[in-house]
Amino acid sequence: MSLALDIFTVVAISVGAFFFLAGTVGLLRFPDALTRLHALTKADNLGLGLVVLGLLPQAAGLPGALKLVSIWLLAQLAGATVAQLIARAVRPGGPQA
Amino acid sequence: MSAATVFGLCGAALVGLGLYGLVVHSEPLRKILAFNLLGGGVFLLFGVIARRGAAAGLGGDPVPQALIITGIVVAFSATALAVALVLRLFQETGRATLRSDAPVGARVTDTDS
Amino acid sequence: MTLALAIDAGLAVLVLAVATWTIAVRKTFAAVVGFVSYGLLLALVWVRLLAVDVALTEAAIGSGVTGVLLLAAAARLRPTEKGAAAEQPGAALCFVTAILSAVVSAGLAALVLLPTNPAPTLAQAAVANLPATGLGNSVTAVLLAYRAWDTLLEKVVLVLALLGVWSLAPDALWGGRPGPRYPAQRDGALVFLAQLLPPVGIVVGIYMLWVGANEPGGAFQGSTILAAMWILVVMAGLGDAPPVGRRWLRLVLVAGPMVFLAVGLSGFAIAEAFLAYPVGYAKPLIILIEVPLTLSIAATLGLLVAGPPERAE
Repeated sequence: MSLALDIFTVVAISVGAFFFLAGTVGLLRFPDALTRLHALTKADNLGLGLVVLGLLPQAAGLPGALKLVSIWLLAQLAGATVAQLIARAVRPGGPQA
Repeated sequence: MSAATVFGLCGAALVGLGLYGLVVHSEPLRKILAFNLLGGGVFLLFGVIARRGAAAGLGGDPVPQALIITGIVVAFSATALAVALVLRLFQETGRATLRSDAPVGARVTDTDS
Repeated sequence: MTLALAIDAGLAVLVLAVATWTIAVRKTFAAVVGFVSYGLLLALVWVRLLAVDVALTEAAIGSGVTGVLLLAAAARLRPTEKGAAAEQPGAALCFVTAILSAVVSAGLAALVLLPTNPAPTLAQAAVANLPATGLGNSVTAVLLAYRAWDTLLEKVVLVLALLGVWSLAPDALWGGRPGPRYPAQRDGALVFLAQLLPPVGIVVGIYMLWVGANEPGGAFQGSTILAAMWILVVMAGLGDAPPVGRRWLRLVLVAGPMVFLAVGLSGFAIAEAFLAYPVGYAKPLIILIEVPLTLSIAATLGLLVAGPPERAE
């Protein structure tokens, strides 16, 4: 059973790392700020979610698992807010449009 | 070659980088950034000493770690004072330069950040 | 070379690369962004060195609060960047500086590569006296029991720095409100964050203070989270920085060091020396010190980021 859980952890974290890699490639290759934000937020939220999912079997009991999930939720909240703020700052009319 | 040695070499390189940036940059804010980099390198050297002192079931010697925490807080307060000085200099003279013979520009009253 | 060592080497190379970019890039705003990422990578390095308390402090104070301070300053100082380009030193000075910096680095690297065997350590003494303090986290025990004198002086240094920052205000604005007035945006994403995050942040900050007795955490890390929540509320325009002349604000700022000093002086009466804790009462006294200390440090950090008074009351 623990071997299956370990394999699940490794697979989920590897897929999450691949999503992070895809987001970073998008950051480097996309032409302008809005498309780069799109690549970053979509890939990183899903990547972090998969990493957290992979770490859940290794967590220390229910409080540890809840802490991991709350980290993912807080990171999503912060990432979404920052993406909104940057997008509003770079759109053609400026931040006030 | 252990992890502590690798990070110790990294800390030594950071000290050199920070020193270089502190001398070469002319803007005070860049000097403050380089000073913080220098501080980070010094703290890493302390951390290596702490890691090497691992004993009695702990991962590292707690006394250097507590010294590093104190150092980070004091470095932040020094940075805050330095930044306030630079901003005040900019407000008074319109330029942020450390040269004593620079011409004094118009007094800046910045109403927006 | 094991896998863990390869990962550590990769992390060290990444830290050096980001630091080099911070020094070399032209625009100051980009350099500050590089500095913030350098701070977060350094927090990862601290975790790899098994110093989790230091990692929390580095991520919170070294990278977080310092980053906010430097970003605001870089935005304000943008008009000066064109003039600074004319003052760049010549190639000769850069070359000599690079040689001398490399010599200093090489000297420190030699110190790192020539360890003293056996490595000097105080870990045994720290762990042996932990039961007397009632704490489980040895770093907290060092900060608040073995070297409490250093922590008291560090708090005084914070207050002195704040006094220095306040003294830079023009005479007419002494006692006024620090920092600009951030307008409350109607449809702001920042307003949404500032309404949602502070309750969570306050709980996390208090939890970090409480759990610092036995796990990584402590007063400095928890108070930085509290200060960050206040900075967020002010930046979203939902609240304003209080005028620095207010008596309650000054009381909050000095409550921490005053209680600390009072407990220390009472050590003359109830124990043998200054800042000595009587047997069996160490943990309650430490908690008595930590709670006002957290509030004071949170207020001091928030006001240091806000800067000198810029508006009349």
